[in-house]
Amino acid sequence: MSATGIAEQLAGKRIGITGSTGFLGTALVERLMRSVPDCELVLLVRPGRRSTPTERARREIFRNDAFHRMIEERGETPRSADTFWAEVERRVTVIAGDVGTDGLGLDDEGRAAISSCDIVIHSAATVSFDAPLDGAVEVNLLGPTRIVETLQDLKVTPHFVGVSTCYVAGNRRGSAPEQLLMDSPFHIDVDWRSEVSAARRTRADFDAESRSAGRLQEFRNRASNELGAAGTPLLAAKTEQYRQRWVSEQLVEAGRARAASLGWPDSYAYTKALGERALVESKGNVPVSIVRPSIIESAWMEPRPGWIKGFRMAEPILISYAQGLLKEFPGVPEGVVDVIPVDLVVASIINVAAGRPADGGGVHITQVASGTRNPLLYRTLVELVSGWFTEKPLYDRKGQPIGVAQFSFPGRGAVERQLDRAHKSLDRADKALKLLPLRGKQALINADLEEKKEQVERARDYVKIYGAYAECEALYGVDNLIDLHDSLNEDDQTTFGCDPAIVDWEHYVSEIHLPSVVEHARVKTTSERSDPDARTKRLRGRVLAPERHIAAFDLENTIIASNVVFSYAWLATRNLGPADRMKFTLKTLQEGPSLLALDRRDRTDFLRHFYRRYDGASVAEMDRLGQELLADHILTKAFPAAVRRVREHRALGHRTVLITGALNIVVDPLKPLFDDVICAEMSVKNDRYTGELLAVPPTGEVRAQALRDYAEQHGLDLAESVAYADSSSDLPLLDAVGFPVAVNPETRLASLAIKRGWLIEYWSKANGGTDRVLPLGPMPSLRKSRR
Amino acid sequence: MAPANRPSPRPGFVLDVDRQTPPIVFHHGEGFRVEKLPVGRSRVIYPSEPLNGMKDPDGAIVDALLNPIEDDPLPTLLKPGMKLTIAFDDLSLPLPPMRRPDVRQRIIEAVLDMAAAAGVDDVHIVAALALHRRMTESELRHAVGDRVYEAFAPHGLLYNLDAEDPDEMVILGVTEHEKGGHRETVQMQKRAAESDLVVYVNINLVSMDGGWKSTATGLSGYAGVSSHHNPETMKKSTSFMDQEKSELHRSNWRQGEVIKNHGPRIFQVETTLNTNTFGYDGPLAMLQKREWEWNVKDRAMFTGMQAGLKRMSGSQKRKAFHSWKAPYELTSVQAGEVEAVHKKTTEMVYKQHMVPVEGQTDIVTMGLPYLSPYNVNSIMNPVLVAVQGLGYFFNLYRNKPVVRKGGVLIMSHPTPWEFHPVHHPSYIDFFEQVLAETTDPVVMAEKYEKQFAEDEWYRHLYRTSYAYHGVHPFYMWYWCAHALDHLGGVVVVGGDPRSVRRLGFKPASTLSDALEMAEDVVGPRPSITHLHNPPILMADVT
Repeated sequence: MSATGIAEQLAGKRIGITGSTGFLGTALVERLMRSVPDCELVLLVRPGRRSTPTERARREIFRNDAFHRMIEERGETPRSADTFWAEVERRVTVIAGDVGTDGLGLDDEGRAAISSCDIVIHSAATVSFDAPLDGAVEVNLLGPTRIVETLQDLKVTPHFVGVSTCYVAGNRRGSAPEQLLMDSPFHIDVDWRSEVSAARRTRADFDAESRSAGRLQEFRNRASNELGAAGTPLLAAKTEQYRQRWVSEQLVEAGRARAASLGWPDSYAYTKALGERALVESKGNVPVSIVRPSIIESAWMEPRPGWIKGFRMAEPILISYAQGLLKEFPGVPEGVVDVIPVDLVVASIINVAAGRPADGGGVHITQVASGTRNPLLYRTLVELVSGWFTEKPLYDRKGQPIGVAQFSFPGRGAVERQLDRAHKSLDRADKALKLLPLRGKQALINADLEEKKEQVERARDYVKIYGAYAECEALYGVDNLIDLHDSLNEDDQTTFGCDPAIVDWEHYVSEIHLPSVVEHARVKTTSERSDPDARTKRLRGRVLAPERHIAAFDLENTIIASNVVFSYAWLATRNLGPADRMKFTLKTLQEGPSLLALDRRDRTDFLRHFYRRYDGASVAEMDRLGQELLADHILTKAFPAAVRRVREHRALGHRTVLITGALNIVVDPLKPLFDDVICAEMSVKNDRYTGELLAVPPTGEVRAQALRDYAEQHGLDLAESVAYADSSSDLPLLDAVGFPVAVNPETRLASLAIKRGWLIEYWSKANGGTDRVLPLGPMPSLRKSRR
Repeated sequence: MAPANRPSPRPGFVLDVDRQTPPIVFHHGEGFRVEKLPVGRSRVIYPSEPLNGMKDPDGAIVDALLNPIEDDPLPTLLKPGMKLTIAFDDLSLPLPPMRRPDVRQRIIEAVLDMAAAAGVDDVHIVAALALHRRMTESELRHAVGDRVYEAFAPHGLLYNLDAEDPDEMVILGVTEHEKGGHRETVQMQKRAAESDLVVYVNINLVSMDGGWKSTATGLSGYAGVSSHHNPETMKKSTSFMDQEKSELHRSNWRQGEVIKNHGPRIFQVETTLNTNTFGYDGPLAMLQKREWEWNVKDRAMFTGMQAGLKRMSGSQKRKAFHSWKAPYELTSVQAGEVEAVHKKTTEMVYKQHMVPVEGQTDIVTMGLPYLSPYNVNSIMNPVLVAVQGLGYFFNLYRNKPVVRKGGVLIMSHPTPWEFHPVHHPSYIDFFEQVLAETTDPVVMAEKYEKQFAEDEWYRHLYRTSYAYHGVHPFYMWYWCAHALDHLGGVVVVGGDPRSVRRLGFKPASTLSDALEMAEDVVGPRPSITHLHNPPILMADVT
């Protein structure tokens, strides 16, 4: 038993930490700040896309509720914690750096800060089990090596503590002691350098393949299937997104395959294992210790029971199970689920860091696992979880409790096959529905289906990714860990104790972990029916906030249930007799399918083609008919709620703009409703319309550009603006503003709107309006009176 | 039965319901309900039978124009070079629209003949809409006849009043009388105000119509109309059908004083029609007969009609009912000085409508038909249902309301959540926005009236399309103010519960449910009175 406590041993030390924004890293920073008051910290943080490392550290580390305990112990509240922030300022140095880059991307200041460290704890990792191969290689495999090489460059030799994982031992049954991998009898000798270059080459290969004509066509098809006629720029962006996603998926698959071929459950364990190997090879004179935790879960005691950051590995599985999504999860009932609370891992790391590194250039390894010392059997876990959720079920949207399934512990293959089947049938239904011209609430069926499909996809991924862990039957030796615990003085055994035996699994699962997971997942835990409109109301409130700038409206199916064909039909038949009307109707109906197809392909072409029909129409006559059209056609087809909404925006002082590909003839009567109207205009020759447009009609991306120009002209901000539209061809318009609203969306837009959390409005015509297949103008004979 | 063979018409009367009383027909929107009223404590007020019509309406009209009351004969008022404006009552009169030729056509033709004879060539003919919707071409043709329409309309000399045209409306002055610190504004169409003579052609369907209201309200806009179309005036009009006790009437008369002093010379022509609404024979004849007098043909027709209606869609039924044109007959025509003419007219209206009723009742029941003044060729939306029951039918009394203070009004109407998007756009918003928040006329007047009245979009639709003025639904609700004040509750039988509740009323699926609900308010074994209207009746309650 050591006489001096851990806190004293670490007093005055500067400790460098990587990965401090992660789950383990944050817990580590918190404990060092709170329980080792005299140490200083140097945090290596990657610059965010929009924030500096200091801002990131502040937001992602120190504002985490882990620090609430520390703040409260100082008699402050999280909202006003001046002493706390002063202490952070005094003790913490944040430097920019990235373990994924050679030389860590440090500037001079950063190098100086690292040089001053007495201890460097490396906990940065790509923890996702399904990371793309090359990403995992860069961070997990090369990360530790890059750090020790940098230290050698700087000619310093602080104690390097690398955080690895128990699973580097690979898929195997039986004991896995705390020893270097090359000392294990099951060791397969692969050269990590060639693995690195192979991974990089794999990325290049897939990238090249993704750019082949065939693949690109496939991505384009998928993009247009998702977005419809959304215009070239958006489709291009989506296509590129699909391409990158495909490359990444291929690399995930490649990683999984390569890991499996060498006996590791996934690319995480595989890259970590090779990372250890690389570290040992390249450590030079830097003293190195390795800590290998098993599956890290929520805290047992510190900073408070149940503390967790982020939604981690077991959580989504547990929630999916409680939601009835996951009926089975593969696993061996008598197998051990090796889970370890995060605070025990943190304590172990601190103990290792405070202790002396192994003598003679050796590497000291400590495994932090529960399986041998205090095993939690898979069967026990399943029973605890299903018992807990039976007692405290989650509730579905209708306020009904969700019953959880009883596990039958099937093999992994059976579960995967069942989920595959479900996925396939949902996929077929999804594709079929997308072909139907659905709108409004019906379109939601599809959105629902898509959600279900994604849930099944997720469940399938969990099984694929995590199944191996539930089936893993390796037993991780923890002798060094126990020695470490025993060597602590009595006080430290409480403060920095790391013996897994203290965990009471039943208490941990039922009282600590599950409540914490459920709270984090923000799922429904009461039968109270939440106000189904609460979300809509909230979104509507934002849309109608006084500070908005522009409210842009599409016309067709957003303000009126009509389209250019209908308006044309009305105008064209206004002066026709009964026989000609019949002919007209038949002709238009006959053309319907080809017109629709053209519209689906390209809105602009369609409008150009269609508007030719106005060739030769008299301007004066059209003006007169325009007024009549308003009363007889437009108003009867209008959505009163839409008209009301326009006026609400106007009353709030927003600039209301109608942007439509419809013709000025049709739109003019609606002008008084809006501040401004941007629409298609036809050229005029000898007081007759020519059937040719003056400019490209405002549809698709042209419409978004028109709105941008408009905003610029008037000095208004699109991020503060609202746009209303009904179909995926309006996506450029919707994407252009900060507050898009989908009105009676068709299938594709409904799915997108739900996914992106947009306000969806269902507006209908006034009850009592007429409903006709093809609206024809009133017969001229009506104007002659009947006696 | 042909009119010539009819015995002299019988007056209206009150029937006490006993075991022998057959079920009573209730109008119910585009349909009917047949209801048994509780025996021993119910009574039914039946309207008078239609008075006999004038044999020679055209002759009577010419006679009235040549021999006006307290005024010079029309031809002596007509001079070459003068400005003559003929204003006529709009689409809201009569109800339902009458068969051609419309009385207005007959009068306008007669006036135009005299004007032509006198060499008057500056003539405008204007539909006195006030804040009602514009009449369509075919509606105008129906009212004034094709001859007049084709001679004037193409030259822009026959048109709908545009009370929102800032250049075409003038303020004639304000009344002497002060009301709550305000004088009443008198507004008039500029053309009429600047005319040497205004001939106003009335159809006086009910006792409220005509008098100074024709010009002071009909040719006015929001500035003039809002002087009396407000909750305060309407609460003090008990009822607005009773000139002696109507603040609305007094207000219009005060405005008339201003017109007399500062406005154009008015030559008032008023007409009364009989209550031959559904015809002496024909498919709807049984509706103006008393149920126990129905013959086999009436029964068969009614049963057939009920069966037919069942099979029709809402819009088909609406179309069928709205195509009905009443075979009204002219019972009187008088012309000359406004007030003197109106006195005579009122006598004639009372003669046709008034039914003496003894004592008030705990519950009044009424069957609301498919039509109100504001949905001719349109949809009777929930707000119009309310105003038909609580505004018009409730106020068809003299002395005292038929139902006692704190009593319950039960009306029967399907009350669908339907609105005509062209005619009633501001009603939609009124229903969705205003009524969702308050049903108190005073509160809504303060909070929302101005906003609706001055809304640019409603103004645009009123002026260029066929929409009622933005403020119109508010007026409808104010017209219910007296009833809302007086009643202890309102139950709607067979109405869409959602829209009934939005109106602040209680929905019931059957009359007996409604009566039971009413008993919670008025106590057990309440007395019940049913207004068998239309044809129109007015209860003289003593």
